[in-house]
Amino acid sequence: MTDKKLYTVIIFSENTVGLLNQITIIFTRRQLNIETLSVSPSAIKGIHKFTITTFSDKDTMDKVVKQIDKRVDILKAYYNVDEELVYQEIALYKVSTELFIQNGKVEELIRKHNARILEINDSSVVLEKTGHYEETQAMFTELSQSIGVLQFIRSGRVAITKSKVERLSDMLNTLERKLEEKSDTTSNGDE
Amino acid sequence: MQTNTQNNQKITGSEALLKTLIAEGVDTIFGYPGGQVIPVYDTLYDYQDRLKHVLVRHEQGATHAAQGYARVSGKVGVALVTSGPGATNTITGIADALMDSTPMVVISGQVPSSLLGTDAFQEVDVIGITQAITKWAYQIRKPEEIAWAVSRAFYIASTGRPGPVVLDIAKDAQVGLIDYVYEKVDYVRSYQPIPDMKPHRIQQAAELINQAKKPLALVGQGVILSGAEAELHAFLEKADIPAGSTVLGLSAMASDYRLNKGMLGMHGNVGPNRKTNECDVLIAIGMRFDDRVTGNLQAYAPQAKIIHFDIDKSEVNKNVPVTVPVVGDAKQTLAAVTELLQPAKHTEWIAGFDPDEKEEQEKVIEKELNPKEGYLRMGEVIRKVSEATGNDAVLVTDVGQNQMMSVRYFKYKQTRSVVTSGGLGTMGFGLPAAIGAKFGAPDRTVCFFTGDGGIQMTIQELGTIMQENLNVKIIVLNNNFLGMVRQWQELFFNERYSSTVMANPDFTAIAKAYGIGSRTVEKREELDEAIAEMLNHDGAFLLVANVETHGMVYPMVPAGAAITNIIMGEK
Repeated sequence: MTDKKLYTVIIFSENTVGLLNQITIIFTRRQLNIETLSVSPSAIKGIHKFTITTFSDKDTMDKVVKQIDKRVDILKAYYNVDEELVYQEIALYKVSTELFIQNGKVEELIRKHNARILEINDSSVVLEKTGHYEETQAMFTELSQSIGVLQFIRSGRVAITKSKVERLSDMLNTLERKLEEKSDTTSNGDE
Repeated sequence: MQTNTQNNQKITGSEALLKTLIAEGVDTIFGYPGGQVIPVYDTLYDYQDRLKHVLVRHEQGATHAAQGYARVSGKVGVALVTSGPGATNTITGIADALMDSTPMVVISGQVPSSLLGTDAFQEVDVIGITQAITKWAYQIRKPEEIAWAVSRAFYIASTGRPGPVVLDIAKDAQVGLIDYVYEKVDYVRSYQPIPDMKPHRIQQAAELINQAKKPLALVGQGVILSGAEAELHAFLEKADIPAGSTVLGLSAMASDYRLNKGMLGMHGNVGPNRKTNECDVLIAIGMRFDDRVTGNLQAYAPQAKIIHFDIDKSEVNKNVPVTVPVVGDAKQTLAAVTELLQPAKHTEWIAGFDPDEKEEQEKVIEKELNPKEGYLRMGEVIRKVSEATGNDAVLVTDVGQNQMMSVRYFKYKQTRSVVTSGGLGTMGFGLPAAIGAKFGAPDRTVCFFTGDGGIQMTIQELGTIMQENLNVKIIVLNNNFLGMVRQWQELFFNERYSSTVMANPDFTAIAKAYGIGSRTVEKREELDEAIAEMLNHDGAFLLVANVETHGMVYPMVPAGAAITNIIMGEK
């Protein structure tokens, strides 16, 4: 086996039905397991952004990204390794209010993990922590070993590249320029 | 024509579909009606003068016929089917069209949108099923979307690297009323059909070729799809480059063209396969380094610098690492590189193919084409049919030994003369594809070679030939075996012929039942006359050639072996 490491695939697409399936099919064909997945509208109106992490090797990632990029409704797909990215995950922890208070370490815990309290009621407290996987996991371990965790959820990774401009905007500008050139040559004044 | 529909002249979605098909240049549709597509068929009844509908006997046949039509004509093939089983029966054809880059639009009816997701009668998730095997798959739920989606489908299917598109039209969208406005789609923001040509790559490719002492070109279907046959010849001529062809690239060059050194791959010619591992610069044009062409990748052209012309960026470095990728439309990129080439002569290098050709002639071809005794051989039947048509017919094949023998021994004079299932290797492809090919090239003779196995996979399409009174020449190379599997069992599985023996019907009696002329030929001395009878027959004809049971396709490069590891079949 070649060395596998975690790659983050970032995909910009039109917001059309069924795109996620088209993307996951390409992972499935190569038996790549999707570790995390996050989809949301991008900074550019009408364009969605997928952030997918997977363990693989560079050669495979080159091919996978090209095959994703080839899909008609995909604008751009590329991959990065962790060093090229600023990335984050968010985790929510539900713990028992009674045990949380009895524990007597509320302030210490919040400070140490830079966590926030989102909700307190009679029965439970919901804590929030953002960070890398290891960091959200460390708080989970600490809580579950002390007072127990009633519920836990962690989001998929969101990531942006460290380079300054979102690459897509360049691409869209080029596309618009091309469309303008095209309509200049084909306009027939029908309207 | 009523073009001014401003005064409340609303039309149905079905009519919008047909109007858009006509606007996109469609004149022939292959299809099969059913419950959820009846509204379209009802409208079609009024459009018979403008749209020819060919009623096939099974939806798989509709897709293969559409493929055959597209492959010979260069137009988009169209299949029309109903929901549920009608749609699932098209899967093989759609997958085949994706593998072989064939432009095709498959239109399926779908249950009314109110029933979607309810497991309604004959409901199936066509889009979910076909996303992995299409360039684009889209479900139309509103009649207003039809004009846009159909035009977009044709744009996507026919541009860039062509491929299949599926449109799944809910019944309510077929019957709903709309103001119809057709607007041709020729731009999709997220889709760049032809990648920009990179001048430095053109430069690098030309430099490599100018320095080459032993260049070899590999011609793929991309040349035909791009319409770059003339550019290819100019390119090869200027730098005097010998070329081999993939199965799907066949007929981009005439068989007897000076620089055409034959077919590549597992059952290809000895010359181009051996020379792949002797050349110094390998120039792949519109081909994708399929494993049946390359054999063992580790042992594939390790000595050569490789230039890869392709329109599909995802093919670059997919199987074979290349020195210079030249992305773009071959018609433009070939011309651009040719301009920078210095005229050259590679006389000695090209003469180097002669010993390989001589060896293959002696060890394989002579025995296959000019046997002195024994049963008929597949190769001799094929070559005689080819010659009897002046080597100018359209060849359609099924899959297996009949296919490999046909592409080896049939000869071509003009482009778009070969219709075969290359990538998917679909048995049963041939008969419906031959029907489509005849509609796509009505003025050409269509010769379809098949085996006793393959023809029985889609034999019901003889009914389509009967109904359409279609002049297709069918040659069944009958060895009462699933020949290619039998060949592998003989060579690699200790002659254990597991489930490859076929008990066959009287194919001529079947043909007769369909009103199709037929004859069986067994004796060598009757072969010429039997072929003449077939070709002179007014209408479809089925010729059963009872060939040697243990026929083998040689040369053969075993699967996974180096491309130079060629078995000649000398006993």
